[in-house]
Amino acid sequence: MSTARHSPVRSIAAHAVLATYTIIALFPVFVIVINAFKSRKAIFRTPLELPNADTFSLVGFETVLKQGDFLLYFQNSFIVTVVSLFMVLLFGAMAAFALAEYRFKGNSLMGLYLALGIMIPIRLGTVAILQMMAASGLVNTLTSLILVYTAQGLPLAVFILSEFMRQVSDDLKNAGRIDGLSEYRIFFRLVLPLVRPAMATVAVFTMIPIWNDLWFPLILAPAEATKTITLGAQVFIGQFVTNWNAVLAALSLAILPVLILYLIFSRQLIRGITSGAVK
Amino acid sequence: MSQATKKPRRWHIAVFLAPAVLIYTAIMIIPLFSTLQLALYSEVENSQVFVGLQNFRALFGDPQWSDQFWNALKNNTWFFIVHMIVQNPIGILLAALLSSPRLRMRSFYRTAIFIPTILSFVIAGFAWKLILSPLWGVAPNLLDLVGLKSLFQPWLGKEAYALTTLALISVWQFVGIPMMLIYAALLSIPDELLEAAECDGITGMSQFWKVKLPLILPAIGIISILTFVGNFNAFDLIYATQGALAGPDFSTDILGTFMFRTFFGFQLQLGDPNLGAAIATAMFAIILIGVSIYLFGIQTRLRRYQF
Repeated sequence: MSTARHSPVRSIAAHAVLATYTIIALFPVFVIVINAFKSRKAIFRTPLELPNADTFSLVGFETVLKQGDFLLYFQNSFIVTVVSLFMVLLFGAMAAFALAEYRFKGNSLMGLYLALGIMIPIRLGTVAILQMMAASGLVNTLTSLILVYTAQGLPLAVFILSEFMRQVSDDLKNAGRIDGLSEYRIFFRLVLPLVRPAMATVAVFTMIPIWNDLWFPLILAPAEATKTITLGAQVFIGQFVTNWNAVLAALSLAILPVLILYLIFSRQLIRGITSGAVK
Repeated sequence: MSQATKKPRRWHIAVFLAPAVLIYTAIMIIPLFSTLQLALYSEVENSQVFVGLQNFRALFGDPQWSDQFWNALKNNTWFFIVHMIVQNPIGILLAALLSSPRLRMRSFYRTAIFIPTILSFVIAGFAWKLILSPLWGVAPNLLDLVGLKSLFQPWLGKEAYALTTLALISVWQFVGIPMMLIYAALLSIPDELLEAAECDGITGMSQFWKVKLPLILPAIGIISILTFVGNFNAFDLIYATQGALAGPDFSTDILGTFMFRTFFGFQLQLGDPNLGAAIATAMFAIILIGVSIYLFGIQTRLRRYQF
């Protein structure tokens, strides 16, 4: 190998730039989380120091857990995300299979129709969605959010999954057909297990925007009983602007679950992005 | 089953397609079109009356609305420009460095730099709001360390800086996406091609400019259009940090916050769904124009290389 590609100076420079940017990316999160565990005095006096025996305090978390119904918000977010994710994956995979497997009239037109939603954001239809949900009595229910997020997630799921389903070997499916398996069994028993890695990628892509969305919870389900964690944190922080302990603790509570999940699944997510799921 | 008859109807295709198509059509496509339709109506004495393009005339020409609209559009355009000139170069730089051969700690950098992207706008917005707050003093203290304390300003509170600051916060949050997509594009360049370039004496920077950059242009195109759609439909960050009034004095108002205020109502202002629908229609048109320019003007001209 030529030396030009691996000179030590070049590699030190690369590390310097990457490390600097890593600090920029992590610094705000770090400052928020360490200060959430400090007393009010220490937050202002030594914002950049780790909490120690003198400055350690959980008063912020106590306020948050007493005032806000964070456990309920968390549960709402969890239900909405998991149910929407399940519907996106199941219905998306079924539609993707139909598009990838069968030749029928209007196949490519149907593919195009379903792909429209990748580029056009569902938010533009909010006025009519709100009217529709109000007319059917679904305002302030988790169902309304689940329906919206399912519709929002489907286009990309169908697009990515059908790309992957085209790669499943025809011989395998035909062997199944000769053995007398119905088309449904071929889909659930043979094809679905084979595209599991692609499903995981789609799951991560679908999950993050749902969990983090502020717009639809604010408009469709702002009631206390149906607030999601994102909306709950937003409202809570708005009310407690001057209570720094509480604000920092609320932010940390909102950051930590996502961060832990991300660290567990980051390999999957990054492999999904780099394996050409979005070509 | 008789042998000679035509193929049986394949009901399973319909069964596979039905749930996705029904939900997608009912919750996304129909509301989208009824929103476009609502923009042509107005509420008069509790009933919807067809008024043609009157809402748009008000939006573009009546000072009560048009000042806000053009202001939001201008701000939104600036928001997008900041993304294009800051986010993409940083993303490309980071991706190029990440893809350099034999780099250690590659996956650590990748994972760490992507972390802001998975956080919600609410978290990112508030975290930066606190850090930039003159009350807390984190930002001024840090600037003091490098002797630049005099440069500190309460950026989010100043009309001249607030929008750019918010755009930069958004860039901070999303730089992981261009980084990853371009990184993926760089990885897909075959080694033989780079070795051939090296044999011709093209290495280092000139290799990047002459060989790699042309090959990743399609990825940059996709990122640009994703950024465009995302920016012209943004809302959460501004709402979370500056509120629905997009202060100071509407200087951070973008189309998303303007639409929210108009159709949902805010404080003393009553909601007007029809005018809100008109704004949504304008946003739809802007996004459609952007996507068409990309699809027909840019994508078809990009040369794609098959390996």
